[in-house]
Amino acid sequence: MTSISTARILLSIFKRDITLAIRRGSDTFGAIFFFVLVVSLFPLALGSDIKLLQQIAPGIIWVCALLAVMLSLSRLFNDDFQDGVLEQLALSVCPLEMIIFAKVIAHWCYTGLILLLISPILALQFNLSSDSIQVLFIALLLGTPSLSFIGSIGAALTVGLKSSGALISLLILPLLIPVLILGTLAIDAADTDMQYSVYLYLLIAYSVLSSFFAPLACASALRIVLD
Amino acid sequence: MQTITAMNSQPSKSTHWFTFAAPSKFYFLAKKLIPFFWISAIVLCVAGLILGLLFAPTDAVQGDSYRIIFIHVPAAWMSMVLYVAMAFWGAMGMIFNARLAYRVSNSIAITGAIMTFIALWTGALWGKPTWGTWWVWDARLTSELILLFLYIGYLSLYNAIDDARKAAKAASLLAIIGVVNVPIIYFSVKWWNTLHQGASITFTKTSMDSSMLLAMLIMTFAFWSYTFATILTRVNYKTLDEESHTDWVQKELSDIRGLR
Repeated sequence: MTSISTARILLSIFKRDITLAIRRGSDTFGAIFFFVLVVSLFPLALGSDIKLLQQIAPGIIWVCALLAVMLSLSRLFNDDFQDGVLEQLALSVCPLEMIIFAKVIAHWCYTGLILLLISPILALQFNLSSDSIQVLFIALLLGTPSLSFIGSIGAALTVGLKSSGALISLLILPLLIPVLILGTLAIDAADTDMQYSVYLYLLIAYSVLSSFFAPLACASALRIVLD
Repeated sequence: MQTITAMNSQPSKSTHWFTFAAPSKFYFLAKKLIPFFWISAIVLCVAGLILGLLFAPTDAVQGDSYRIIFIHVPAAWMSMVLYVAMAFWGAMGMIFNARLAYRVSNSIAITGAIMTFIALWTGALWGKPTWGTWWVWDARLTSELILLFLYIGYLSLYNAIDDARKAAKAASLLAIIGVVNVPIIYFSVKWWNTLHQGASITFTKTSMDSSMLLAMLIMTFAFWSYTFATILTRVNYKTLDEESHTDWVQKELSDIRGLR
Protein backbone atom coordinates (compact mmCIF):
# COMPACT_ATOMS: atom_id res chain seq x y z
CA MET A 1 0.00 0.00 0.00
CA THR A 2 2.73 2.46 0.99
CA SER A 3 4.81 1.58 -2.06
CA ILE A 4 1.89 2.38 -4.35
CA SER A 5 1.24 5.69 -2.64
CA THR A 6 4.96 6.54 -2.72
CA ALA A 7 5.09 5.97 -6.46
CA ARG A 8 1.95 8.04 -6.85
CA ILE A 9 3.33 10.89 -4.77
CA LEU A 10 6.54 10.91 -6.79
CA LEU A 11 4.70 10.85 -10.09
CA SER A 12 2.43 13.70 -9.05
CA ILE A 13 5.44 15.77 -7.88
CA PHE A 14 7.14 15.10 -11.20
CA LYS A 15 4.03 16.14 -13.14
CA ARG A 16 3.54 19.20 -10.97
CA ASP A 17 7.10 20.43 -11.52
CA ILE A 18 6.85 19.90 -15.27
CA THR A 19 3.52 21.72 -15.39
CA LEU A 20 4.90 24.61 -13.37
CA ALA A 21 7.92 24.81 -15.66
CA ILE A 22 5.67 24.98 -18.73
CA ARG A 23 3.36 27.59 -17.17
CA ARG A 24 6.38 29.69 -16.24
CA GLY A 25 7.63 29.41 -19.79
CA SER A 26 9.64 32.61 -19.95
CA ASP A 27 11.63 31.57 -16.90
CA THR A 28 12.27 28.00 -17.93
CA PHE A 29 13.09 28.73 -21.51
CA GLY A 30 15.06 31.78 -20.48
CA ALA A 31 17.87 29.43 -19.45
CA ILE A 32 17.62 27.65 -22.82
CA PHE A 33 17.77 30.90 -24.80
CA PHE A 34 20.66 32.00 -22.60
CA PHE A 35 22.46 28.81 -23.66
CA VAL A 36 21.86 29.45 -27.37
CA LEU A 37 22.75 33.12 -27.08
CA VAL A 38 26.01 32.66 -25.17
CA VAL A 39 27.14 29.88 -27.51
CA SER A 40 26.57 32.24 -30.45
CA LEU A 41 28.56 35.00 -28.76
CA PHE A 42 31.81 33.07 -29.03
CA PRO A 43 32.17 33.24 -32.82
CA LEU A 44 31.47 36.98 -32.57
CA ALA A 45 34.27 37.39 -30.03
CA LEU A 46 36.80 35.02 -31.56
CA GLY A 47 36.23 35.59 -35.28
CA SER A 48 34.76 33.23 -37.82
CA ASP A 49 37.84 31.11 -38.44
CA ILE A 50 36.14 27.76 -39.00
CA LYS A 51 39.09 25.64 -37.87
CA LEU A 52 39.41 27.45 -34.56
CA LEU A 53 35.67 27.27 -33.93
CA GLN A 54 35.62 23.57 -34.75
CA GLN A 55 38.36 23.01 -32.22
CA ILE A 56 36.76 24.91 -29.35
CA ALA A 57 33.09 24.08 -30.02
CA PRO A 58 32.78 21.11 -27.61
CA GLY A 59 34.27 23.14 -24.79
CA ILE A 60 32.02 26.11 -25.49
CA ILE A 61 28.87 23.99 -25.64
CA TRP A 62 29.76 22.22 -22.39
CA VAL A 63 30.63 25.41 -20.50
CA CYS A 64 27.45 27.12 -21.69
CA ALA A 65 25.38 24.07 -20.71
CA LEU A 66 26.90 24.25 -17.22
CA LEU A 67 26.09 27.96 -16.94
CA ALA A 68 22.54 27.52 -18.24
CA VAL A 69 21.87 24.77 -15.70
CA MET A 70 23.31 26.98 -12.91
CA LEU A 71 20.94 29.75 -14.00
CA SER A 72 17.90 27.52 -13.77
CA LEU A 73 18.82 26.00 -10.39
CA SER A 74 17.90 28.92 -8.15
CA ARG A 75 14.21 28.18 -8.76
CA LEU A 76 14.43 24.47 -8.00
CA PHE A 77 13.50 24.77 -4.32
CA ASN A 78 13.13 28.51 -3.78
CA ASP A 79 9.49 28.91 -4.96
CA ASP A 80 8.38 25.89 -2.97
CA PHE A 81 10.19 27.32 0.04
CA GLN A 82 8.55 30.73 -0.33
CA ASP A 83 4.97 29.41 -0.43
CA GLY A 84 5.51 26.72 2.20
CA VAL A 85 5.16 23.70 -0.08
CA LEU A 86 8.68 22.56 0.77
CA GLU A 87 7.80 22.15 4.46
CA GLN A 88 4.77 20.07 3.52
CA LEU A 89 6.94 17.91 1.27
CA ALA A 90 9.39 17.42 4.14
CA LEU A 91 6.50 16.29 6.38
CA SER A 92 5.12 13.89 3.76
CA VAL A 93 5.03 10.13 4.38
CA CYS A 94 7.27 9.76 1.37
CA PRO A 95 11.01 10.13 2.20
CA LEU A 96 12.35 13.59 1.35
CA GLU A 97 15.22 11.99 -0.57
CA MET A 98 12.78 10.34 -2.99
CA ILE A 99 10.84 13.57 -3.45
CA ILE A 100 14.07 15.38 -4.26
CA PHE A 101 14.94 12.65 -6.73
CA ALA A 102 11.62 13.18 -8.54
CA LYS A 103 12.08 16.95 -8.53
CA VAL A 104 15.61 16.71 -9.92
CA ILE A 105 14.50 14.33 -12.67
CA ALA A 106 11.81 16.87 -13.58
CA HIS A 107 14.45 19.63 -13.52
CA TRP A 108 16.60 17.61 -15.91
CA CYS A 109 13.62 17.19 -18.26
CA TYR A 110 13.02 20.92 -18.55
CA THR A 111 16.69 21.97 -18.73
CA GLY A 112 19.24 19.23 -19.50
CA LEU A 113 17.03 17.35 -21.93
CA ILE A 114 16.17 20.48 -23.93
CA LEU A 115 19.82 21.63 -23.99
CA LEU A 116 20.66 18.17 -25.25
CA LEU A 117 18.11 18.35 -28.06
CA ILE A 118 19.29 21.79 -29.17
CA SER A 119 23.02 21.04 -29.00
CA PRO A 120 23.33 19.24 -32.40
CA ILE A 121 21.99 22.35 -34.16
CA LEU A 122 24.54 24.53 -32.39
CA ALA A 123 27.25 22.00 -33.15
CA LEU A 124 26.35 22.27 -36.87
CA GLN A 125 26.92 26.03 -36.63
CA PHE A 126 30.45 25.24 -35.51
CA ASN A 127 30.93 22.86 -38.41
CA LEU A 128 31.52 19.78 -36.25
CA SER A 129 31.62 16.48 -38.10
CA SER A 130 28.63 14.17 -37.72
CA ASP A 131 30.71 11.69 -35.71
CA SER A 132 31.69 14.39 -33.24
CA ILE A 133 28.10 15.57 -32.99
CA GLN A 134 27.03 12.05 -32.17
CA VAL A 135 29.59 11.76 -29.38
CA LEU A 136 28.71 15.25 -28.10
CA PHE A 137 25.07 14.22 -27.98
CA ILE A 138 25.78 11.00 -26.09
CA ALA A 139 28.18 12.75 -23.71
CA LEU A 140 25.59 15.43 -22.93
CA LEU A 141 22.91 12.75 -22.49
CA LEU A 142 25.08 10.94 -19.94
CA GLY A 143 26.57 14.03 -18.29
CA THR A 144 23.68 16.48 -17.89
CA PRO A 145 21.83 14.38 -15.24
CA SER A 146 24.80 14.84 -12.92
CA LEU A 147 24.63 18.62 -13.53
CA SER A 148 21.06 18.61 -12.22
CA PHE A 149 21.81 16.24 -9.35
CA ILE A 150 24.95 17.96 -8.05
CA GLY A 151 23.43 21.35 -8.78
CA SER A 152 20.43 20.48 -6.61
CA ILE A 153 22.77 20.36 -3.58
CA GLY A 154 23.75 23.97 -4.25
CA ALA A 155 20.08 24.91 -4.70
CA ALA A 156 19.23 23.25 -1.39
CA LEU A 157 22.09 24.91 0.50
CA THR A 158 21.11 28.37 -0.73
CA VAL A 159 17.32 28.07 -0.29
CA GLY A 160 15.83 31.28 1.08
CA LEU A 161 18.94 33.40 0.57
CA LYS A 162 18.55 36.75 -1.14
CA SER A 163 21.35 36.51 -3.69
CA SER A 164 21.45 32.80 -4.36
CA GLY A 165 22.22 33.00 -8.10
CA ALA A 166 25.93 33.72 -8.05
CA LEU A 167 26.41 31.72 -4.87
CA ILE A 168 25.08 28.49 -6.41
CA SER A 169 27.60 28.77 -9.24
CA LEU A 170 30.39 29.44 -6.76
CA LEU A 171 29.51 26.36 -4.71
CA ILE A 172 28.72 23.94 -7.51
CA LEU A 173 30.90 24.74 -10.54
CA PRO A 174 34.12 23.44 -8.88
CA LEU A 175 32.33 20.15 -8.20
CA LEU A 176 31.24 19.90 -11.84
CA ILE A 177 34.74 20.20 -13.26
CA PRO A 178 35.02 16.40 -13.69
CA VAL A 179 31.88 16.37 -15.88
CA LEU A 180 33.25 19.20 -18.00
CA ILE A 181 36.63 17.49 -18.41
CA LEU A 182 35.20 14.05 -19.22
CA GLY A 183 32.60 15.47 -21.59
CA THR A 184 35.11 17.45 -23.63
CA LEU A 185 37.74 14.68 -23.52
CA ALA A 186 35.24 12.25 -25.06
CA ILE A 187 34.70 14.55 -28.04
CA ASP A 188 38.41 15.28 -28.39
CA ALA A 189 39.10 11.55 -28.41
CA ALA A 190 36.43 10.99 -31.06
CA ASP A 191 37.96 13.77 -33.18
CA THR A 192 41.38 12.15 -33.09
CA ASP A 193 39.97 8.63 -33.67
CA MET A 194 40.91 7.45 -30.24
CA GLN A 195 38.99 5.27 -27.84
CA TYR A 196 36.31 7.55 -26.38
CA SER A 197 34.03 5.02 -24.70
CA VAL A 198 36.11 5.12 -21.49
CA TYR A 199 35.11 8.75 -20.91
CA LEU A 200 31.48 7.93 -21.54
CA TYR A 201 31.62 5.12 -18.99
CA LEU A 202 33.17 7.51 -16.46
CA LEU A 203 30.42 10.04 -17.19
CA ILE A 204 27.84 7.32 -16.53
CA ALA A 205 29.62 6.47 -13.29
CA TYR A 206 29.61 10.11 -12.18
CA SER A 207 25.93 10.51 -13.04
CA VAL A 208 24.91 7.29 -11.28
CA LEU A 209 26.93 8.11 -8.15
CA SER A 210 25.60 11.67 -8.03
CA SER A 211 22.02 10.46 -8.56
CA PHE A 212 22.41 8.31 -5.45
CA PHE A 213 24.39 10.62 -3.14
CA ALA A 214 23.08 14.05 -4.19
CA PRO A 215 19.49 13.47 -2.95
CA LEU A 216 20.89 12.37 0.42
CA ALA A 217 23.07 15.49 0.72
CA CYS A 218 20.24 17.61 -0.62
CA ALA A 219 17.76 16.29 1.94
CA SER A 220 20.09 16.97 4.85
CA ALA A 221 20.75 20.47 3.46
CA LEU A 222 17.00 21.15 3.26
CA ARG A 223 16.52 19.83 6.80
CA ILE A 224 19.15 22.32 8.01
CA VAL A 225 17.27 25.15 6.32
CA LEU A 226 13.80 24.05 7.46
CA ASP A 227 14.97 23.23 10.99
CA MET B 1 24.78 17.59 23.11
CA GLN B 2 22.89 14.51 24.27
CA THR B 3 25.69 12.26 23.16
CA ILE B 4 28.18 14.20 25.19
CA THR B 5 26.17 14.09 28.39
CA ALA B 6 25.58 10.39 27.86
CA MET B 7 29.32 9.88 27.51
CA ASN B 8 30.05 11.96 30.57
CA SER B 9 27.73 9.89 32.73
CA GLN B 10 29.87 6.84 32.15
CA PRO B 11 32.70 6.63 34.69
CA SER B 12 35.25 5.55 32.10
CA LYS B 13 38.27 6.87 30.27
CA SER B 14 36.11 8.21 27.45
CA THR B 15 35.12 11.10 29.71
CA HIS B 16 38.49 12.69 29.02
CA TRP B 17 37.82 12.75 25.30
CA PHE B 18 34.86 15.02 25.69
CA THR B 19 36.07 17.23 28.52
CA PHE B 20 37.28 19.92 26.17
CA ALA B 21 34.19 19.65 23.96
CA ALA B 22 32.57 21.95 26.50
CA PRO B 23 33.15 25.46 25.12
CA SER B 24 34.00 26.93 28.55
CA LYS B 25 36.71 24.32 29.20
CA PHE B 26 38.07 24.63 25.68
CA TYR B 27 38.13 28.42 25.89
CA PHE B 28 40.48 28.51 28.87
CA LEU B 29 42.71 25.75 27.51
CA ALA B 30 42.99 27.58 24.17
CA LYS B 31 43.61 30.88 25.93
CA LYS B 32 46.65 29.36 27.63
CA LEU B 33 47.93 27.76 24.41
CA ILE B 34 47.53 30.73 22.04
CA PRO B 35 50.55 32.80 23.26
CA PHE B 36 52.70 29.67 23.15
CA PHE B 37 51.72 29.01 19.52
CA TRP B 38 52.30 32.65 18.50
CA ILE B 39 55.78 32.68 20.06
CA SER B 40 56.75 29.36 18.51
CA ALA B 41 55.39 30.51 15.12
CA ILE B 42 57.53 33.66 15.19
CA VAL B 43 60.67 32.00 16.57
CA LEU B 44 60.49 29.05 14.17
CA CYS B 45 59.73 31.31 11.21
CA VAL B 46 62.73 33.56 11.92
CA ALA B 47 64.99 30.56 12.51
CA GLY B 48 63.76 28.73 9.41
CA LEU B 49 64.16 31.80 7.18
CA ILE B 50 67.66 32.56 8.48
CA LEU B 51 68.72 28.97 7.91
CA GLY B 52 66.97 28.74 4.55
CA LEU B 53 67.95 32.11 3.08
CA LEU B 54 71.45 32.56 4.49
CA PHE B 55 72.90 29.13 5.22
CA ALA B 56 71.32 26.64 2.83
CA PRO B 57 73.50 26.15 -0.28
CA THR B 58 72.52 27.53 -3.68
CA ASP B 59 70.77 25.04 -5.94
CA ALA B 60 72.90 23.76 -8.83
CA VAL B 61 70.14 24.05 -11.41
CA GLN B 62 67.80 26.79 -10.20
CA GLY B 63 70.22 29.13 -8.46
CA ASP B 64 68.84 31.16 -5.58
CA SER B 65 65.29 31.30 -6.90
CA TYR B 66 64.53 27.91 -5.40
CA ARG B 67 64.62 29.47 -1.91
CA ILE B 68 60.94 30.31 -2.16
CA ILE B 69 60.18 26.65 -1.41
CA PHE B 70 60.69 27.41 2.26
CA ILE B 71 57.39 29.26 2.10
CA HIS B 72 55.77 27.61 -0.92
CA VAL B 73 55.93 23.96 0.12
CA PRO B 74 54.70 24.35 3.72
CA ALA B 75 51.84 26.57 2.49
CA ALA B 76 50.85 24.00 -0.13
CA TRP B 77 50.92 21.21 2.44
CA MET B 78 48.85 23.23 4.89
CA SER B 79 46.30 24.15 2.21
CA MET B 80 45.53 20.48 1.59
CA VAL B 81 45.67 19.29 5.19
CA LEU B 82 43.41 22.13 6.32
CA TYR B 83 40.69 21.29 3.80
CA VAL B 84 40.51 17.74 5.12
CA ALA B 85 40.64 19.03 8.71
CA MET B 86 37.83 21.48 7.95
CA ALA B 87 35.64 18.68 6.55
CA PHE B 88 36.61 16.38 9.44
CA TRP B 89 35.55 18.87 12.12
CA GLY B 90 32.41 19.66 10.12
CA ALA B 91 31.58 15.95 10.13
CA MET B 92 32.33 15.75 13.86
CA GLY B 93 29.97 18.66 14.40
CA MET B 94 27.21 16.93 12.44
CA ILE B 95 27.74 13.51 14.06
CA PHE B 96 27.96 14.69 17.68
CA ASN B 97 25.93 17.87 17.20
CA ALA B 98 28.81 19.66 18.93
CA ARG B 99 28.90 23.41 18.38
CA LEU B 100 32.59 23.63 19.21
CA ALA B 101 33.47 21.26 16.36
CA TYR B 102 31.54 23.50 13.95
CA ARG B 103 33.44 26.50 15.24
CA VAL B 104 36.75 24.76 14.63
CA SER B 105 35.65 23.85 11.09
CA ASN B 106 34.52 27.41 10.34
CA SER B 107 37.70 28.88 11.81
CA ILE B 108 39.93 26.69 9.66
CA ALA B 109 38.39 27.95 6.41
CA ILE B 110 39.99 31.39 6.25
CA THR B 111 43.44 30.15 7.24
CA GLY B 112 43.13 27.38 4.65
CA ALA B 113 42.14 29.84 1.94
CA ILE B 114 45.08 32.10 2.83
CA MET B 115 47.48 29.13 2.69
CA THR B 116 46.11 28.13 -0.74
CA PHE B 117 46.52 31.68 -1.98
CA ILE B 118 50.10 31.87 -0.65
CA ALA B 119 50.91 28.54 -2.30
CA LEU B 120 49.55 29.75 -5.66
CA TRP B 121 51.19 33.17 -5.42
CA THR B 122 54.63 31.91 -4.41
CA GLY B 123 54.25 29.18 -7.03
CA ALA B 124 53.77 31.85 -9.69
CA LEU B 125 56.77 33.80 -8.39
CA TRP B 126 58.84 30.62 -8.51
CA GLY B 127 57.54 29.59 -11.90
CA LYS B 128 58.64 32.80 -13.63
CA PRO B 129 62.42 32.35 -13.18
CA THR B 130 62.45 28.54 -13.44
CA TRP B 131 59.80 27.75 -16.06
CA GLY B 132 59.80 31.16 -17.74
CA THR B 133 56.08 31.66 -17.14
CA TRP B 134 53.89 32.73 -14.25
CA TRP B 135 51.33 30.03 -14.78
CA VAL B 136 51.03 26.70 -16.56
CA TRP B 137 47.84 24.62 -16.69
CA ASP B 138 49.61 21.81 -14.94
CA ALA B 139 47.58 19.22 -13.01
CA ARG B 140 48.93 20.25 -9.62
CA LEU B 141 48.54 23.99 -10.20
CA THR B 142 45.04 23.56 -11.57
CA SER B 143 43.90 21.40 -8.68
CA GLU B 144 45.35 23.91 -6.21
CA LEU B 145 43.36 26.64 -7.97
CA ILE B 146 40.19 24.53 -7.72
CA LEU B 147 40.96 24.04 -4.02
CA LEU B 148 40.99 27.82 -3.64
CA PHE B 149 37.56 27.95 -5.31
CA LEU B 150 36.27 25.30 -2.90
CA TYR B 151 37.49 27.36 0.06
CA ILE B 152 35.89 30.50 -1.39
CA GLY B 153 32.61 28.61 -1.89
CA TYR B 154 32.67 27.47 1.74
CA LEU B 155 33.41 30.97 3.03
CA SER B 156 30.79 32.66 0.89
CA LEU B 157 28.11 30.16 1.89
CA TYR B 158 29.05 30.59 5.55
CA ASN B 159 28.88 34.37 5.27
CA ALA B 160 25.66 34.41 3.20
CA ILE B 161 23.53 32.69 5.86
CA ASP B 162 22.56 35.02 8.69
CA ASP B 163 21.69 32.41 11.32
CA ALA B 164 25.11 31.40 12.71
CA ARG B 165 24.03 27.87 13.63
CA LYS B 166 22.51 27.14 10.20
CA ALA B 167 25.49 28.73 8.47
CA ALA B 168 27.88 26.44 10.33
CA LYS B 169 25.84 23.33 9.49
CA ALA B 170 25.34 24.20 5.82
CA ALA B 171 29.01 25.08 5.33
CA SER B 172 30.09 21.87 7.04
CA LEU B 173 27.87 19.84 4.74
CA LEU B 174 29.44 21.60 1.76
CA ALA B 175 32.94 20.80 3.06
CA ILE B 176 32.05 17.11 3.39
CA ILE B 177 30.64 17.02 -0.16
CA GLY B 178 33.78 18.83 -1.33
CA VAL B 179 36.17 16.42 0.34
CA VAL B 180 34.44 13.46 -1.32
CA ASN B 181 34.83 15.21 -4.67
CA VAL B 182 38.46 16.28 -4.25
CA PRO B 183 40.00 12.94 -5.39
CA ILE B 184 37.60 12.79 -8.38
CA ILE B 185 38.51 16.36 -9.35
CA TYR B 186 42.21 15.65 -8.92
CA PHE B 187 42.19 12.58 -11.15
CA SER B 188 40.03 14.14 -13.84
CA VAL B 189 42.36 17.16 -13.93
CA LYS B 190 45.28 14.77 -14.24
CA TRP B 191 43.74 12.98 -17.25
CA TRP B 192 42.83 16.29 -18.80
CA ASN B 193 46.38 17.48 -18.33
CA THR B 194 48.09 14.44 -19.83
CA LEU B 195 45.84 14.59 -22.89
CA HIS B 196 45.81 18.30 -23.54
CA GLN B 197 49.50 18.91 -23.03
CA GLY B 198 52.56 16.92 -23.84
CA ALA B 199 54.98 16.10 -21.09
CA SER B 200 54.63 18.91 -18.60
CA ILE B 201 57.61 20.57 -17.02
CA THR B 202 59.43 18.22 -14.72
CA PHE B 203 61.98 19.05 -12.11
CA THR B 204 65.56 17.96 -12.39
CA LYS B 205 65.49 16.94 -8.77
CA THR B 206 68.89 16.78 -7.20
CA SER B 207 69.04 15.25 -3.75
CA MET B 208 68.31 17.81 -1.09
CA ASP B 209 71.01 19.17 1.15
CA SER B 210 70.38 18.42 4.83
CA SER B 211 70.30 22.13 5.76
CA MET B 212 67.63 22.73 3.10
CA LEU B 213 65.59 19.89 4.50
CA LEU B 214 66.02 21.16 8.06
CA ALA B 215 64.98 24.68 7.06
CA MET B 216 61.91 23.32 5.32
CA LEU B 217 61.01 21.22 8.34
CA ILE B 218 61.36 24.22 10.67
CA MET B 219 59.23 26.34 8.35
CA THR B 220 56.59 23.60 8.28
CA PHE B 221 56.41 23.64 12.08
CA ALA B 222 56.25 27.44 11.97
CA PHE B 223 53.24 27.22 9.63
CA TRP B 224 51.58 24.65 11.88
CA SER B 225 52.08 26.91 14.91
CA TYR B 226 50.70 29.92 13.05
CA THR B 227 47.70 27.84 11.95
CA PHE B 228 46.96 26.65 15.48
CA ALA B 229 47.37 30.17 16.86
CA THR B 230 44.97 31.76 14.38
CA ILE B 231 42.41 28.95 14.52
CA LEU B 232 42.31 28.85 18.32
CA THR B 233 42.05 32.64 18.48
CA ARG B 234 39.16 32.60 16.02
CA VAL B 235 37.39 29.76 17.85
CA ASN B 236 37.67 31.68 21.11
CA TYR B 237 36.24 34.85 19.59
CA LYS B 238 33.37 32.83 18.12
CA THR B 239 32.74 31.26 21.53
CA LEU B 240 32.63 34.67 23.23
CA ASP B 241 30.34 35.99 20.53
CA GLU B 242 27.90 33.09 20.29
CA GLU B 243 27.70 32.25 24.00
CA SER B 244 27.53 35.78 25.32
CA HIS B 245 24.34 34.87 27.20
CA THR B 246 26.18 32.55 29.61
CA ASP B 247 27.53 33.68 32.97
CA TRP B 248 31.11 32.59 32.44
CA VAL B 249 31.37 34.55 29.18
CA GLN B 250 29.99 37.67 30.89
CA LYS B 251 32.53 37.25 33.68
CA GLU B 252 35.35 36.68 31.19
CA LEU B 253 34.32 39.75 29.18
CA SER B 254 34.28 41.94 32.29
CA ASP B 255 37.71 40.53 33.24
CA ILE B 256 39.06 41.44 29.79
CA ARG B 257 37.59 44.95 30.09
CA GLY B 258 39.04 45.27 33.59
CA LEU B 259 42.50 44.49 32.30
CA ARG B 260 42.45 47.37 29.84
